Amino acid sequence: MERTPRLRPGFRFQWEPAQKAHVLLYPEGMVRLNDSAGAVLKEVNGQRTVADIVAILEQQFPDAGSLADDVSEFLKEAEQQHWILFP
Amino acid sequence: MNRHDTMPAGDRPGIGPPLWLLAELTYRCPLQCPYCSNPLDFAQTQQELTTEEWTRVLRQGREMGAAQLGFSGGEPLVRQDLPELIAEARQLGYYTNLITSGLGLTEAKVNAFRDAGLDHIQVSFQASDPELNNAVAGSRKAFDQKLAMARAVKEAGYPMVLNFVIHRHNIHQMNDIISLCERLGADYVELATCQYYGWAFENREGLMPSRAQLEKAEADVNTYRQRLADDGSAMRLIFVTPDYYEERPKACMNGWGSLFLTVAPDGTALPCHSARLLPIEFPNVRNSSLHSIWYDSPGFNHYRGDSWMPEPCRSCDEKGKDFGGCRCQAYLLTGHADNADPVCSKSPHHDRILAARKAADHATAGLEELTYRNANNSRLFFRG
Repeated sequence: MERTPRLRPGFRFQWEPAQKAHVLLYPEGMVRLNDSAGAVLKEVNGQRTVADIVAILEQQFPDAGSLADDVSEFLKEAEQQHWILFP
Repeated sequence: MNRHDTMPAGDRPGIGPPLWLLAELTYRCPLQCPYCSNPLDFAQTQQELTTEEWTRVLRQGREMGAAQLGFSGGEPLVRQDLPELIAEARQLGYYTNLITSGLGLTEAKVNAFRDAGLDHIQVSFQASDPELNNAVAGSRKAFDQKLAMARAVKEAGYPMVLNFVIHRHNIHQMNDIISLCERLGADYVELATCQYYGWAFENREGLMPSRAQLEKAEADVNTYRQRLADDGSAMRLIFVTPDYYEERPKACMNGWGSLFLTVAPDGTALPCHSARLLPIEFPNVRNSSLHSIWYDSPGFNHYRGDSWMPEPCRSCDEKGKDFGGCRCQAYLLTGHADNADPVCSKSPHHDRILAARKAADHATAGLEELTYRNANNSRLFFRG
């Protein structure tokens, strides 16, 4: 929870109005993110720890209960997908 | 919810936006690779789009939802306005890719492009050693320049994608190629087996690997991939195998007019960079907006959906998966672009693929016998 994720160099996160979704852009590729993946990656900036991100999201979604497991699991998957790094 | 509140204005039901825009800035190129995907008669092309015209195309594409932008060619570096176009594209919100041979690139340009907002530079190589590389490229100094520029790209902090077009004369080099990429610090390595369009179709017999060569190469790549995984390396290998050895066709461009929009140097808009060879009239960005080209032009609607399909595609339960394969390949191999892609074993023309495989088992042509892509050879094609 104290680790600090950041996007892999060359990856860009942005909102695409035409797709009504957040996307991850990288060399010659694009991933369309679902709402929850978009909400998590939006907070990944190389400064916030996983714990910070969980706290922000729990504040944003007060009805969702504890998000620590979901966020950690998603970030693990994002790391395996080579989208993010834990330096 | 009212669909028109949220979708780009003027969209058509069932047609998504062009998410990928390929800007072929020029057909000019210092190299002469005999597998170039440019049209055979490229030397006939007059009047490249101006900076203002390209800027308009970029704006219109972005408004429609295009997010990935490729600057390609020919060699895009010969366009003096490239920094300006990069800055404009980045400012519009595109993810900008420069697809280059590395010739004409300098460290200063690599840095200037980065400052203008370029996201990624892909450098292409022809082989893992200078002799073969330069023979294929038709240029004596190409390899050293490419190495220097790959290092400069890495140094400037770009993600690094190295691209190798694979054919029967370099397919034995897989280990050397991947090891070179590892030393250069590549993030992605594209090992793209030749696709037989344009100059590559003309030279197919001299380029297509045999099945034995291909199987050896696949085994080499898989072994190397395992080694990279064991070492915890983040370098990714993308091996594109030739569809001539498949029994089902590729879902070409993810479907006609579905995601990709190419604009050729003279402004001709195409559903893929090879489609120009088809006997179909394609619109030009000089006369129409990108929006009307994408949604309304006969050229872009020609092979949308599946009502155009003859048998065996029409009644095939896989037509929604591969869209009948590639129209250009059907045209080149059967003379009719509506036909099933002959790669499919259900195609009545599949024998043409089998004949090409057989020829690849017995091919003996050396590199010097290929037709190299240059203006002189190109003029021969349109003079006939």
